[in-house]
Amino acid sequence: MKSTLGIIFTYKYEEDLKTLTQLRSIASIPFGGRYRIIDFILSSMVNSGITKIGMITRTNYSSLMDHVGSGKEWDLARKKDGLYILPPFSNPASVNYATNFRGRMEALANITNFIRRSSEEYVLMTDADMITNMTFDDMLAQHIEKNADITLLYKKGNFTNESYSQFCFLSLDEDEKVTDVTINPAMDRNNLSVGTLIIRKSLLESLIQQCSSHNLYGFRRDVLQAHLHDLKIYGYECRNYFNIITSIASYFDSNMELLNDDVRRDLFIDNNSIFTKIRDEVPTEYRNDSVVSNSLIADGCLIEGTVENSIIFRGVHVRKGAIVQNSILMQDTEIQSGSQINYVIADKDVVIRQNRKLFGYQKFPTVLSKGSLV
Amino acid sequence: MKLKKECIAMLLAGGQGSRLGVLTKDIAKPAVPFGGKYRIIDFPLSNCVNSGIDTVGVLTQYMPLDLNTYIGNGGPWDLDRNFGGAAILPPYMHGKVGEWYKGTANAIYQNIQFIENYDPEYVVVLSGDHIYKMDYNKMLEYHKANEAACTIAVLNVTLAEASRFGIMNTDENNHIYEFEEKPKHPKSTKASMGIYVFTWSKLKKYLVEDEANPKSENDFGKNIIPAMLGAGETLMAYEFDDYWKDVGTIESLWEANMELLGEDSPIKLNDPDWRIYSRNPNQQPHYIAAGAEVRNSIITEGAEIRGKVGHSVIFHGVYVGKDAVVEDSVILPNAVIEDGAVVRYSIVAQDAVIEKGAVVGAPKEECEPGAIAVIGENIKVEAGASVAPGVMAGENVRKEADQS
Repeated sequence: MKSTLGIIFTYKYEEDLKTLTQLRSIASIPFGGRYRIIDFILSSMVNSGITKIGMITRTNYSSLMDHVGSGKEWDLARKKDGLYILPPFSNPASVNYATNFRGRMEALANITNFIRRSSEEYVLMTDADMITNMTFDDMLAQHIEKNADITLLYKKGNFTNESYSQFCFLSLDEDEKVTDVTINPAMDRNNLSVGTLIIRKSLLESLIQQCSSHNLYGFRRDVLQAHLHDLKIYGYECRNYFNIITSIASYFDSNMELLNDDVRRDLFIDNNSIFTKIRDEVPTEYRNDSVVSNSLIADGCLIEGTVENSIIFRGVHVRKGAIVQNSILMQDTEIQSGSQINYVIADKDVVIRQNRKLFGYQKFPTVLSKGSLV
Repeated sequence: MKLKKECIAMLLAGGQGSRLGVLTKDIAKPAVPFGGKYRIIDFPLSNCVNSGIDTVGVLTQYMPLDLNTYIGNGGPWDLDRNFGGAAILPPYMHGKVGEWYKGTANAIYQNIQFIENYDPEYVVVLSGDHIYKMDYNKMLEYHKANEAACTIAVLNVTLAEASRFGIMNTDENNHIYEFEEKPKHPKSTKASMGIYVFTWSKLKKYLVEDEANPKSENDFGKNIIPAMLGAGETLMAYEFDDYWKDVGTIESLWEANMELLGEDSPIKLNDPDWRIYSRNPNQQPHYIAAGAEVRNSIITEGAEIRGKVGHSVIFHGVYVGKDAVVEDSVILPNAVIEDGAVVRYSIVAQDAVIEKGAVVGAPKEECEPGAIAVIGENIKVEAGASVAPGVMAGENVRKEADQS
């Protein structure tokens, strides 16, 4: 897929993930013990052979920049092409000067130079809120074969949960042609448009131009819905493991799904590598009193206590006599002796002092913000 | 602009390490995996970078392919530099002739041109088969303060051990007046650690002279150091009193791995000020299943543990099946211990497979000291077969061939 330019929107409607996105955008939320959410889509693109990727950022993106750096870990530190971070850009002549872009098309209008200077024929646009390990070659093949203008990646399922209120749903005919696009419909929530699509670059450029000259800025409303009948819009079903992080509850569930053997194989073992920033940690150390069961544990931890059904990030210290159950502990968290936690999400650098007890509930895990001291 | 380096390092990594048997069948000793996620060579390389030495020539000869790939452009150690960095130095043709590295001194001699590119004042000569953390810069300062031609790092060993090492006899100011290789009746307990700092102009002179001597074995310990002593150069012993381990034998390699375990590990790996870097295989966090038991062990990314692991070092990508037992063992990358297999007091090499119900080694308490079972790279121990303590398996082990 060398002929495809990648564009990632690294932000999203993030209200439902508040505690975790106070200091960062959704793309850089830690996930799965040693990753950030963006690693999954970024690796999937790289594994598809895409060599030029632009990341559109909006707010609080220093954590993301720190994570991706030059893009070296994804093989994207290149002389030609590679990774481009595209921060918000305000044109002093514009009426919206000093305000952030209002929608996707406006964000794309901000990077028209980047798009114009790219020589790729197609553009793969995507969000950065998904956990999957896939390649996009077949999707592009279908796009070309059907002579489509836009191909939308969708996932089949029953997405009645209100956390999908910001998403589009598709109606498709038997040829996978999209017959309707609805945002948060009351019914028919089976074909979830996951925010990933392929479009010809020249078409995208002319759509950006049209939107901008009519002061239109939304991709879904002003492109997908407005052009439903004059553009050939197709769907492509994703059959790989796929999860979207929409809320604290879905973040928690999605992490916990990694404890399932099949999910782990699909994401990490049977497919291509998921790349991430290397931290050069030591191996994790277990001591004589450690009791560990059904847990995913990264490097650099010291486990002296009990850990069950949990996701443990790099550099976590669980002291003797501490009990950690059904929890997600991010980088460098410390659980001191005699403490007990259950259904807790601890952001980075949290310290739980001795003999504290902290219990959340499966549907409402307790979230401790970065650096909290309990 | 004229570029130069005050000090560069030359790392001797061409050794076969024949005493490690099947573990070095396809790789050089410095490339042998160590400590869960490292290779032996990570220690001297990381020491260089942490000491501020950013130019390291790695001299390879025996089975270099794996080592070459591993070091690559030196990126994992921050040794990908504009000027300097890591450079792999194999023997090469010059003019119509070319020859293998005849000895440690000859290996450096053949790379005089490489060294002169950097126009250094000092050259550190290291070997790639020791586990230790050391600030070479402190040693260099000591070398400079004493205006020495050569400074040799020494470790105080017991008198009994002294006859296994090259021993430096020194005066009270640590001036070396005599060097004895493996003396029967040692006069001193200062054992050479194989770490040298040379003033380059001096070393170059002695290398050239040594090369001209057809009787020389072209070895630092046997030829260069005695020649320098004979000529009355200032040679200093630099005392080091921290953890240092030669991992040249199966037993010492096993021991060094085990010494990483527990609270009172003599070598602290988790040291943010002195990180040991390695090339990361980029695998998912390790998974400990329900029903598994893990005690007093270190485990790294990509491993999957379903059985019982006690007092062991588990490398990346290792699989330990249900009801399998791993005790007092070192399991190298991507080895598979299938369900119900038992591995005790053993080293299992990369990609080896211990099939269902197979038995490797025996409980450590029941074994002769040092009777460590070793399973070679890619070797399969078939279902139900067993490998006795102290046996080194370089070929697949079948059940019917089992004599133990």
